[in-house]
Amino acid sequence: MERIGSKLEQPLKLDQKAVIEVIHLSKTFGQKIKAVDDVSFSVYEGEIFGFLGPNGAGKTTTINMLTTQIVPSSGSALIAGYDIRKRPNEVRKRISVVLQNNTADEELTGRENAQVIANLYGVPRAESSRLVEGILNLVELGDAADRLVRGYSGGMRRRLEIAIGLISRPKILFLDEPTLGLDTQTREAIWAYVKTLRDKYSTTVFLTTHLMEEADRICDRIAIIDRGKIVKIGTPAEIKRVVGNDVIEFTLDSESDEVTRAVAEYVGAKVERTGEDYRVKVDKGEEAIPSIIELLASKGYLVKKVSLSKPSLSEAYLELTGRAFREADQEAVQTARMISLFS
Amino acid sequence: MAEERTVTKSNPFQGTWTLFDKDIKGWYKSYASLFIALVQPIVWLALYGKAIDYTAIFSSGSFNIPGVNLSKQVLDSLGSQFIMSTFGTSDYFSFLTTGMLAFIVLFGAVFSGINLVFERRGGFLSKVITTPVSRSVIVTSKVLSAVAKSLVQAAMLLIVGIVLGMQLSHLSVPGIVETFAALSLLAIGMASAFMMTALRTTNWQLQLAIMNFISLPLLFASNALFPIKFMPLWMQYIARANPMSYAADAARQLLLGSPGMVSLQLDFAFLFAFALAFLLIGWVLSQRFLSR
Repeated sequence: MERIGSKLEQPLKLDQKAVIEVIHLSKTFGQKIKAVDDVSFSVYEGEIFGFLGPNGAGKTTTINMLTTQIVPSSGSALIAGYDIRKRPNEVRKRISVVLQNNTADEELTGRENAQVIANLYGVPRAESSRLVEGILNLVELGDAADRLVRGYSGGMRRRLEIAIGLISRPKILFLDEPTLGLDTQTREAIWAYVKTLRDKYSTTVFLTTHLMEEADRICDRIAIIDRGKIVKIGTPAEIKRVVGNDVIEFTLDSESDEVTRAVAEYVGAKVERTGEDYRVKVDKGEEAIPSIIELLASKGYLVKKVSLSKPSLSEAYLELTGRAFREADQEAVQTARMISLFS
Repeated sequence: MAEERTVTKSNPFQGTWTLFDKDIKGWYKSYASLFIALVQPIVWLALYGKAIDYTAIFSSGSFNIPGVNLSKQVLDSLGSQFIMSTFGTSDYFSFLTTGMLAFIVLFGAVFSGINLVFERRGGFLSKVITTPVSRSVIVTSKVLSAVAKSLVQAAMLLIVGIVLGMQLSHLSVPGIVETFAALSLLAIGMASAFMMTALRTTNWQLQLAIMNFISLPLLFASNALFPIKFMPLWMQYIARANPMSYAADAARQLLLGSPGMVSLQLDFAFLFAFALAFLLIGWVLSQRFLSR
């Protein structure tokens, strides 16, 4: 956790190797629907890269193209140096995908499903049965391994999908909404394993999720896509800056414009005062607070109360995609329809 | 954990075997479907084979010429001459059994396509196409599993035929082996052909309609149920282009010693060309069209 937290703040190293290079990638369905519209970006080796966007923004279509399931309308992408259009088989040898929908065969057991996929990746038989066992235990399906998938619950199916996705220990792991509908414990276990893969084998992880808190915590960098176009790309901290900096609020034992001026000069930002309450926006709130208190103490003021609020990724996301109200409107329309249906 | 292994290697034989095995497992693990598959040949032969008995028509007592007093012996030998010259063997049941071998292989092979459609709908296919197995391996495994299933049914049918009174005088082990070789070629070609219709669709109803639409005409416009020499000329052309005819013809020559529609070599050459051509077309199309 700390490792990642500290990594977030570091600028990307220049020697980092791009393992996914998306070049003017587009996909048009039918004549008009542009699901992905001239998108270009890079993902570097060992990165956990988040791909966020509203429903229908083009996330899954992008993953489907990058994982060679569908062919782009124009543009292309290099995965580990191989063109998804010209060398799809070389791409497939280096990737693994956890799809949004469940793919396990209902009539086989969890173990049989995992074994089939391990075989398709050419994992030697001697190694694969041990690997399958270990990975099923990881997602806590050890006890259910020999039951038919037909009898699995939704959460168990999801965990099986993830286990199967991890089995080939890929160079690049694509996860399309992998933790949807999973409980916190399982989510944590899975992210811990994904991080282990990254740390041990520099596996690059490309994921989509709707859980902003999760993306913020897990991802090294994030791209936000809306209506087929990338609207913002950067570290979570950079993205959050869209809605501004950290906000420090503090209360003193007196009202003073001297304080306003001194603090403003010190942090280099405007300070607002309402009575004894002061409010200032800074870059790194945790670091600014102690020095502000010290500054005020040296001037003889006593800080009675202090609070720090950081912008959330959700706020930044809503700001960038501007869908909050549109979806709310649609919901209202839907509700109205339902009401008219039953009245 | 084992050493780093991030570039997987895919072995086409392991891939084909894995997918083939998975398909077959799904079949024999479901006792109901296995039971139906094995009982179907019995029902077909016992009902159709015994209901439509052209031999009985020409046996003594079934026909006579009024005013001409022919002996039973003459009538019997006339009848068996009719049967022999029409069907190339001493009874219709043997003719039908050998034809039905081709018929049951066709009906097994047509399921290759619908199997693919259901794997796409169930999501399994979308996972498989992201693994390093090539598209042609996917198609091949489906074709082979359809071939295996239909050959099991054909074997069952042959056993039932023998039990129910098929001609045994020409039966030999090499003959049976060669017959199944011919039937395999038919199954490969047919399974590949029906696979092509399913490369992209998720519409299982359409796929079922295609199966029904094509399989029965293929049966009727062949020599499987009736010799082609009595068909109208236009239909004879169709029957002679129909791989079903060549498989049934090979089976008759090999199992019953019948005079063939064409030579045995030509039967095999035609079936081989049919199987190879459709499998290759299937491979080529799968590269282009087998997608999510």
